[in-house]
Amino acid sequence: MSALLSVRDLHVSYGAIKAVRGISFDINEGEIVTLIGANGAGKSTTLNTVAGLIRPESGTVEFDGSSVVGVPAHKVVARGMALCPEGRRVFTQMSVAENLEMGGYTRSDAENKETLEKVYAHFPRLKERRGQVAGTLSGGEQQMLAMGRALMSKPRLLMLDEPSMGLAPILVQEIFDIVKQLNDAGTTILLVEQNANMALSIADRAYVLEIGTIKKSGTGAELLVDDDVRKAYLGG
Amino acid sequence: MDGVALIVSQVLNGLQLGSIYALVALGYTMVYGIILLLNFAHGDIIMAGAYILWIVLAQLGLNPVVAMLLAVAGCTLLGVVIDKVAYAPLRNAPRLSVLITAIGVSYFLENGAQLIFGADAKVVPSFAPVSSIQVGGLSLSFVALITVLVTALSTVVLTFLVQKTKLGKAMRAVSEDMGAARLMGVNVNNTITFTFAVGSALAGIGAVLYVMAYPQATPTMGMMLGTKAFVAAVLGGIGSIPGAVVGAMLVGFSEVFVSAIGLSVWRDAVVFLLLIIVLIVRPTGIFGRTMSEKV
Ligand SMILES: Nc1ncnc2c1ncn2[C@@H]1O[C@H](COP(=O)(O)OP(=O)(O)OP(=O)(O)O)[C@@H](O)[C@H]1O
Ligand SMILES: [Mg+2]
Repeated sequence: MSALLSVRDLHVSYGAIKAVRGISFDINEGEIVTLIGANGAGKSTTLNTVAGLIRPESGTVEFDGSSVVGVPAHKVVARGMALCPEGRRVFTQMSVAENLEMGGYTRSDAENKETLEKVYAHFPRLKERRGQVAGTLSGGEQQMLAMGRALMSKPRLLMLDEPSMGLAPILVQEIFDIVKQLNDAGTTILLVEQNANMALSIADRAYVLEIGTIKKSGTGAELLVDDDVRKAYLGG
Repeated sequence: MDGVALIVSQVLNGLQLGSIYALVALGYTMVYGIILLLNFAHGDIIMAGAYILWIVLAQLGLNPVVAMLLAVAGCTLLGVVIDKVAYAPLRNAPRLSVLITAIGVSYFLENGAQLIFGADAKVVPSFAPVSSIQVGGLSLSFVALITVLVTALSTVVLTFLVQKTKLGKAMRAVSEDMGAARLMGVNVNNTITFTFAVGSALAGIGAVLYVMAYPQATPTMGMMLGTKAFVAAVLGGIGSIPGAVVGAMLVGFSEVFVSAIGLSVWRDAVVFLLLIIVLIVRPTGIFGRTMSEKV
């Protein structure tokens, strides 16, 4: 079986700064795969490149068997990949409903109507606050909105960049529960997290990124008990 | 003329002038709102519109309706071409480079017009159907009334476009966060070009209404108009659509008021004085938001 997303020998630079130095990984349909690593390891760079926001220096990115390198971000979404970016980046001056509408920008009104109900089912709080301006939502609600917005494009692969960032533990648990539910409902997930413990415990497989290269990979369960990983990312 | 008639006609004058400024200021503010560019070439679009009217009416002798449509279409096209040729290649360039380019485009248009049409004013044949209409015993300028009506209608249509349509929402999304808008599937480049098109169409409407009142075309006519509209946009809070309209009305009314009390030589100075005062009291303009989260 061929992978849903397949990245080979990817190199990405910002001018002279080499952020990603030849990484390769695969994601199979139906999996939760997590990318963990310290600040500046190149996790966001990797996601942004896959989503088409950044052009790689070299390497290949194949989604569902066809190359997406050089495909602009606004066309990548339509192919079935959505990125929920680091820092949420909801449209703060638009309402919750308008943000979700933007998420379905590449879909028809009829599809959006249907997807919206599903999104509201996952995030009932968004439905209650659909008329509220997104900038006035709490951090947790904004994260839910960012995830809901990404889901509106009906992605086959949902990429989440640090969804738990800055959230209280109880909300972190809620977010991770939702990620699991989404996966159970059939969405393939690529999850970037600093919260390695939580990420590894829900992931089928994981990759450890260090200064732009993949240092280790394995199943979530394997890496949770790996000595090096425990020392570096799980606080002993 | 009795007192009431005088006041009514002066208020109408203020509304008329304010309306013209509003149509131009809207384009300024929309382009600034989406790419933070002060498009100094925007006023020159009016000039282009005026020459189109002159060509179609004075040279070709065509119907005024055709002339008006061609002027608006020509201005829209010019705005799109300017964006595609001059600004689009600089989408990822520093803001200063784009600003300098805008000044260059403005000089290019003004000097181009001078080269083609000469420096002297071209007189556009009058194309208003009537000069005045009677309302309740008062004689009101037809051009002033139509200017105010068309501007009000344009503002309503624009507000609907920006608030309710898919393209308008894309414009707002791009203006807040281009990267996030891209991730939604928005073609940012086309959305920006569309913004130029809308702003230039409004300038084209402004050109038609302006030439109806002041029937001539000169290469530099867009400069002062553009500057006043720019002041209006900044007064109202640049990036804000209601701000542009309110700012333009303030500018229009101050000019008319200063002239009415016999100080017409001061009318331009008063506009800039107003700008200075507002910027001291409220640096973001009347409707302005703090732009801290931008850039
Ligand atoms: N726009 C940019 N311009 C220049 N350098 C950048 C840019 N974005 C990221 N970098 C650099 O690239 C490297 C990788 O950054 P990246 O954001 O991918 O890391 P990350 O793993 O997501 O970190 P974090 O956990 O802090 O989000 C860092 O050294 C960073 O400083
Ligand atoms: Mg990151």
